[in-house]
Amino acid sequence: MQKGLHKFFVYTLLILLSMLFLAPFIWMVTTALKAPDELYQYPPKLLPSTWHFENFLNAWNSQPFNLYLVNSLIVTVLTTIGQIISSTLVAYGFARFKFKGRDFLFIILLATMMIPWDVTMIPQYMAFNMFGWINSLKALIIPSWFGSAFYIFLLRQFIMSIPKELDEAARMDGANVFQIYYKIYLPLVWPVIVLIAVFNILGTWNDYLGPLIFLNDQSKYTLTLGLAQFKGVHDVDTNGIMAVTFLISIVPLILFFLAQKKIVEGVQSTSLK
Amino acid sequence: MKTDVGVNAEYNPVYQKKKKWNKIVPYLFISPWIIGFIVFTLGPLLFSFIISFFDWPIVGEKKFIGLTNYITMFTDDPLFWSSLWITLKFALFFVPLNIILALLLAMLLNQKVKGSSWFRTFFYVPSVISGVALAMIWGTVYDGEYGILNYLLSLIGIEGPNWLNDTSWALVAMVIASLWGQGTMMLIFLSGLKNIPQDLYEAAEIDGAGKIYKFFKITVPLLTPTILFNLIMTIIGAFQTLTLALVLTGGGPLQSTYFYAMYVYENAFKYFKMGYSSANAWVMFIIILSLTMLVFKSSSVWVYYENEVKNDK
Repeated sequence: MQKGLHKFFVYTLLILLSMLFLAPFIWMVTTALKAPDELYQYPPKLLPSTWHFENFLNAWNSQPFNLYLVNSLIVTVLTTIGQIISSTLVAYGFARFKFKGRDFLFIILLATMMIPWDVTMIPQYMAFNMFGWINSLKALIIPSWFGSAFYIFLLRQFIMSIPKELDEAARMDGANVFQIYYKIYLPLVWPVIVLIAVFNILGTWNDYLGPLIFLNDQSKYTLTLGLAQFKGVHDVDTNGIMAVTFLISIVPLILFFLAQKKIVEGVQSTSLK
Repeated sequence: MKTDVGVNAEYNPVYQKKKKWNKIVPYLFISPWIIGFIVFTLGPLLFSFIISFFDWPIVGEKKFIGLTNYITMFTDDPLFWSSLWITLKFALFFVPLNIILALLLAMLLNQKVKGSSWFRTFFYVPSVISGVALAMIWGTVYDGEYGILNYLLSLIGIEGPNWLNDTSWALVAMVIASLWGQGTMMLIFLSGLKNIPQDLYEAAEIDGAGKIYKFFKITVPLLTPTILFNLIMTIIGAFQTLTLALVLTGGGPLQSTYFYAMYVYENAFKYFKMGYSSANAWVMFIIILSLTMLVFKSSSVWVYYENEVKNDK
């Protein structure tokens, strides 16, 4: 009896809290679908009386969102490729070799994760200005080709758990270290590569501050920057803002549902540091 | 590795060359990170430290001014103090609420309930969308006249404030919107809870322990390392809150949500006072670092490690 009561209590709480967490999403979708005059009704209607799917198209076409989409795709794809190549190389180096200063360098690598971005962004901006990367997608892409501390850390932990006998055997067969890296290790660390790809796609697609600081020209905007700018121009067009918000969230939402298990495990492994 | 060389290996020039090569190889592998670290982290870090002692407009003459930037900040810039105070206030509410909410959700999910992976999805999904999207959604939810939040509040007889246009409520609105994105903390707590050995609970049950006793004597102590981790991550995150303020309120109304990160951002990229904003950023770095140290130091008092607990028994 007491057990039943406990279960009932837990379920009630879970359902109530779920409703609280989902309500803003539902509000986003229904607002996007309403007719403009329905936005200013009191009491507000939860469901639109007629569903205006054309709101999505109108909002999307009122600004060069297609162009922003291309920019976002370019940045996301190129940073993800860069992160995978550079982070796996570096992680392999840290995990499989003994060399002078290795442990010291690794501690530095971990420490860089603690530096607030605000401290480095100002001189980074000035450096990129010098390199001619300001107002160019290069500023968002190129740094990712030099590895990210967090991804390197995840990969290194995984590589350390792989038995060393494997590369001994390959070495006997005459393979050199680079061949061992891409023929033996890359396939083995594939699960972690998928994880960092997912993390990186989410992070890059959703990033706002990077594009905000490094890009000026509207033709270079990514989707998040385009959305923020759209709100600046069409502040009262709540329909349109919600429609675009929904559209640019589709990619992370789909990715999340596809890779949910992976993301959950990946996030949880971060605390094991 | 020595298998392929003969007895006179040390005098064999091919072997000597190979030895040298083998010494270089590891550095080749990690070279992308080393270059990136120097160019994108260490260099900028040193440079920003140096220019924090300069009057450094983005165009025009640069002038060494010693500690003037730091002195101005502390004695002659009310915005420095107000933005710091707002950030502290935000952190003071957000950090504990975030930890409590995430822990509560994780504990609910850890009960053996049907469909718990669905509930986990619902609680986590706000964390995967962009901060800009999150800010946009909450902007319409908070709308004073036509927003859903005030309508729902009116159903239970509460007249909601004009959230984002009210100086005493805008910061609260920020805290609530930020709590919506707690998913990561919840997942980390959930894995912490799953790591607590079940036999501890069983042993306590045999001794006749109740739910509350088990929570405070087993769950909380064994979870303290996870709490420590989440606490530090939340503090660091709270001090860097920027996207939400930029998009949702622009720091207003009347600068009531003008966070410290926004202060740094505007000094750098709106007023282009690169030297001054670098000094601002370093002060923030030092504050975050000291808070982290403080939490770490305090952890010896309140964080239990498993072997300790076992010894207690």
